[in-house]
Amino acid sequence: MAVNVRIPTILRTYTGGQAEVAAEGATLAEVIADLEKNHTGIAARVLDDQGKLRRFVNVYVNDDDVRFEQGLETATPDGAGVSIIPAVAGG
Amino acid sequence: MAVQTVAPAAADNAAPAVDLGPASGLSCRECGEVFALGPIFACELCFGPLEVAYDLPAGDPEELRKRIEAGPANIWRYAPLLPVPADVAEKPNLNPGWTPLVKADNLAREIGVAPGRLFVKDDSGNPTHSFKDRVVAQAIEAARAFGFTTLSCSSTGNLAGAVGAAAARAGFRSCVFIPHDLEQGKVVMAGVYGGDLVAIEGNYDDVNRFCSELIGDPLGEGWGFVNVNLRPYYGEGSKTLAYEICEQLGWVIPDQLVIPIASGSQLTKIDKGLQELIKLGLVEDKPYKIFGAQAEGCSPVSAAFKAGHDVVRPQKPNTIAKSLAIGNPADGPYVLDIARRTGGAVEDVNDEQIVDAIKLLARTEGVFAETAGGVTVGVTRKLVEAGVIDPNLTTVVLNTGDGLKTLDAVADSSQATATIRPSLDAFRDAGLAH
Ligand SMILES: Cc1ncc(COP(=O)(O)O)c(C=O)c1O
Ligand SMILES: [Zn+2]
Repeated sequence: MAVNVRIPTILRTYTGGQAEVAAEGATLAEVIADLEKNHTGIAARVLDDQGKLRRFVNVYVNDDDVRFEQGLETATPDGAGVSIIPAVAGG
Repeated sequence: MAVQTVAPAAADNAAPAVDLGPASGLSCRECGEVFALGPIFACELCFGPLEVAYDLPAGDPEELRKRIEAGPANIWRYAPLLPVPADVAEKPNLNPGWTPLVKADNLAREIGVAPGRLFVKDDSGNPTHSFKDRVVAQAIEAARAFGFTTLSCSSTGNLAGAVGAAAARAGFRSCVFIPHDLEQGKVVMAGVYGGDLVAIEGNYDDVNRFCSELIGDPLGEGWGFVNVNLRPYYGEGSKTLAYEICEQLGWVIPDQLVIPIASGSQLTKIDKGLQELIKLGLVEDKPYKIFGAQAEGCSPVSAAFKAGHDVVRPQKPNTIAKSLAIGNPADGPYVLDIARRTGGAVEDVNDEQIVDAIKLLARTEGVFAETAGGVTVGVTRKLVEAGVIDPNLTTVVLNTGDGLKTLDAVADSSQATATIRPSLDAFRDAGLAH
């Protein structure tokens, strides 16, 4: 599935400054693996040593926080928007 | 006179001088990586939150204590310990802080705490009636230092009001973002200061996500979001609560503190403030316990604490305590660490208990709290009853906001006791004379 991934400022060094890039994959895990192919180094920023999502990164597939869904196994349907966002505080 | 244009010195690529007092840089709370002061908030290596690092004043604690005590009756008495320029008190800002620490003997009696042992730190007396004025006052100094002209935030209500007011005073444009379904009191307080107020169709977590994306977009260029790109500075404002509480107790750390949790930033920074006081020798090092308070309808941190987890699973909030309705709390893992490290706990109360606690605090101490204060007092009562909070030790309970902002919570049950004609007979008949 082809998806659009929104890249936060702190990861744009890996995408040549691009705020949005295209990627392929049926699940979030596959999308991250595909991102890594084209933008080497990005996966290690988003995933920890055990290959799990880092605890201070939020990932949304369309409007859903993947932690409400199946985490890295969350399905990424064709045309979906994926957002990677650092956690923020306050209210 | 002719002016000659000179090319800038090519070799001069030193960082622009940013004067934020004793702040020396930003460090990642997760991995320790250090960064230069700037409008950044997440670690490039691990996404961990960045925190202000200091060159704290060395020297005689007694002298520093005297200097603080001679300072203004607001948070700027602690300027030597905050990321603000030394002349901060001369700049236009709202000068929050130095709110009362109320000795709450009446409340203590009702909930079974020993006399003289219970205190309410009443932050409803701040300029916009919540503790948020403290954090915004720090953020606005950072905004000045980094040259932002628009001040913004994502907010559950109180922060929006604090940003609107502080921006008005300091001459910034403001544009703040809130969930569309907030209490009227908070919407009015966010709108009245003349900035732009945008209601987002969604909950706070949706607002937060929107603001995070705005910051990475050209649309948000030049904008200082107090709780996003200015977050490290913003957070430091909550330390002033720790400083004030200890100073008001005679430079002593209380044994137990009960603190409301939305994102968990305030609780985390109060702990940081206590640690700094110890490091500086301003207070004696002693154990203290930190208790976190949430509403049952939005209790992701409490649920994780009880389950023994060190990750916080987000929730979709549904509670009258809208100021605390953050389902995905950024500092949740640190709250868990702190509660466990200090021997404290995280607990929650339901909406009915929140309303009861608001009325209990009002009836016993004359302090009218918003729903967040109801959460904290309710959790205190629950933990005293459960034997988790020790009734013989000094306990400080935070009231972080004013009940006038959440009138609906108690409006139905706080009406006139009787409605009578203006006659003595009618008054006698109403049965209210003693
Ligand atoms: C009145 C009140 N108390 C407490 C909090 C909790 O703050 P934090 O997000 O720092 O946990 C908030 C946050 O919006 C609030 O408005
Ligand atoms: Zn880090």
